[in-house]
Amino acid sequence: MNSRVIKLIKRAAAVLLLAPALAFAAGAELHLDKAPVSKDPAALQHGAKLFVNYCLNCHGASYVRYNRLQDIGLSEQMIRDNLMFTGDKVGDLMKISMHREDGKAWFGAAPPDLSLIARSRASEFGSGADWLYTYLRQFYRDPARPTGWNNVVFENVGMPHALWELQGEQVAKIAEGEHGKKVELSLAKPGKLSPEEFDKSVADLVSFLVWMGEPVAEKRKAIGGVVLIFLAGLFVLSYALKKNYWKDVH
Amino acid sequence: MTTKSQALLNWIDERFPLTSNWKAHLSEYYAPKNFNFWYFFGSLALLVLVIQIVTGIFLVMHYKPDASLNAAGVPVAFASVEYIMRDVPGGWLIRYMHSTGASAFFIVVYLHMFRGLLYGSYRKPRELIWIFGTLIFLVLMAEAFMGYLLPWGQMSFWGAQVIVNLFSAIPLVGPDLSLVIRGDYVVSDATLNRFFSFHVIAVPLVLIGLVVAHILALHEVGSNNPDGVEIKKKKDENGIPLDGIPFHPYYSVKDIVGVVGFLFFFSAVVFFAPEGGGYFLEFNNFIPADPLKTPPHIAPVWYFTPFYSILRAVTYPLFGLDAKFWGVVAMGASVVIIAFLPWLDRSPVKSIRYKGPIFKGAVAIFLVCFFILGYLGVLPPTAGRTLVSQICSVLYFAFFLLMPWYSKLDKCKPEPERVTFK
Repeated sequence: MNSRVIKLIKRAAAVLLLAPALAFAAGAELHLDKAPVSKDPAALQHGAKLFVNYCLNCHGASYVRYNRLQDIGLSEQMIRDNLMFTGDKVGDLMKISMHREDGKAWFGAAPPDLSLIARSRASEFGSGADWLYTYLRQFYRDPARPTGWNNVVFENVGMPHALWELQGEQVAKIAEGEHGKKVELSLAKPGKLSPEEFDKSVADLVSFLVWMGEPVAEKRKAIGGVVLIFLAGLFVLSYALKKNYWKDVH
Repeated sequence: MTTKSQALLNWIDERFPLTSNWKAHLSEYYAPKNFNFWYFFGSLALLVLVIQIVTGIFLVMHYKPDASLNAAGVPVAFASVEYIMRDVPGGWLIRYMHSTGASAFFIVVYLHMFRGLLYGSYRKPRELIWIFGTLIFLVLMAEAFMGYLLPWGQMSFWGAQVIVNLFSAIPLVGPDLSLVIRGDYVVSDATLNRFFSFHVIAVPLVLIGLVVAHILALHEVGSNNPDGVEIKKKKDENGIPLDGIPFHPYYSVKDIVGVVGFLFFFSAVVFFAPEGGGYFLEFNNFIPADPLKTPPHIAPVWYFTPFYSILRAVTYPLFGLDAKFWGVVAMGASVVIIAFLPWLDRSPVKSIRYKGPIFKGAVAIFLVCFFILGYLGVLPPTAGRTLVSQICSVLYFAFFLLMPWYSKLDKCKPEPERVTFK
């Protein structure tokens, strides 16, 4: 009786262990390029410049104050001179004057606030940075769209290609494969930057967006290291204390 | 002790039972000397409760439960969380401690409950401790669920929408009940405000009350131990259990080791992976709540997923009632059934150390099912996944409902007279 029950239990356990493999066949895949995220102040400052020039007209960063950019090595004067074009004060949030209703009417959806975009775009396919790095480099000409642009990562996106003068114009060769659509992009009209330069610029912009998602991130890790070392030391001491107290327990 | 402080202590003791309580609960509370690793999680649960309360107090100083949009078109509640993260000095640390604390609470409580299952801590005379514990778990789920709405992100909003809608599946009272919970026809500012009120006042009060009852009941009957034998059966001439040692200082110094070890892992998450890979803080929750944009996939936070899977596993209508209703019933039952363990386990021994292969096998299957259900609850359903979750749900309930038979049938080893201690 007993051995038969055990056999049954074993068999059930085996089925249970195999079952997930059967159940978890993957769905649609999103292929993202790995973003070369940099923490170098020069790259972040370049990213900040691209951000205020190309993004911060339609998109806001309404949780971020201009003077927070001191964290990436800029002085308040540099921020005022190079990154602020409106009458804002240096302690103000990076807000925009475009109304959300207008944005919605013009683009079909109000352009999202970008403060947290690098955190919210993370998924099982890659980090938020990967998504942004791929997205910003995969716009292509599509006359069927109201803006004249479409995107491989974000199909039928409402946003036009904000960086087109830098990248130039890409066209797409779309093939219907058995694994869904396969899009191949090629540069039809070069922009101000070479493809390598453009990739580098987008990487800097993405690095800035990552920084902006959590400006405290680097400081957090630095403090964390000290905390863990302290706790490791405290662990040794507390264990020694316990050992000492428990000497007389037999 | 100096005479002056002794005099002060006497003065207090004549008016308040300080020394007697100190003795009853700490210096003369005799705990079995053979507690192992599993026995850290009770005190750790208490620690996490304190972390949550203290960080919560500071969060409330800056958080605003307000769903209206600010000038930038962002809900005030969502923006206030980002304000805490960016502009409040040390705010990011307090917030990450609180968000990580929520997940840590469940990890610690799940391990604490599993300890009880392993060593039969629910058995007579500890039934009430177990029932209070189950209630704590239930209340903790409510607390976590309501707290998750507060950041007012997409997952906060849609998770609440899905879960509150479940109540509308209850016949007759359902629609009105869900209306009362939301305070509106959709999750809205009214919902946010009442969830805030419950999360910071009502539910914590109940939680603390239950924790006190849980500990009082424990100290009345005494702790179980990995051998599942009663230490009170063998006492010395002074009436002190032979295998018991005073909680203070022995377990207070031992629990400090546990606390420091726990804080090491807790800090590792807080400082190096506060998002917990998208499980502690879901990526979608970095997008402000948008009632007009349903996310393609709404997943509850990881600690609810085993029960959420059970809910989704029920796909058949019965007695003219919706499958959804029976799903809610199954989910509720899957939690409540835990409270009945003291009467379901008929084994002659308490601890798994002396239980037979059937019980051990059943616990193993139960554990595997619980993990699979948890994993499936994160993923969008497919036909295959639903089938697997149905099998696991049946096994989950079978573990409890068949226990009166298989626990009796099992071939147990004899319990020792005294606890084993190396």
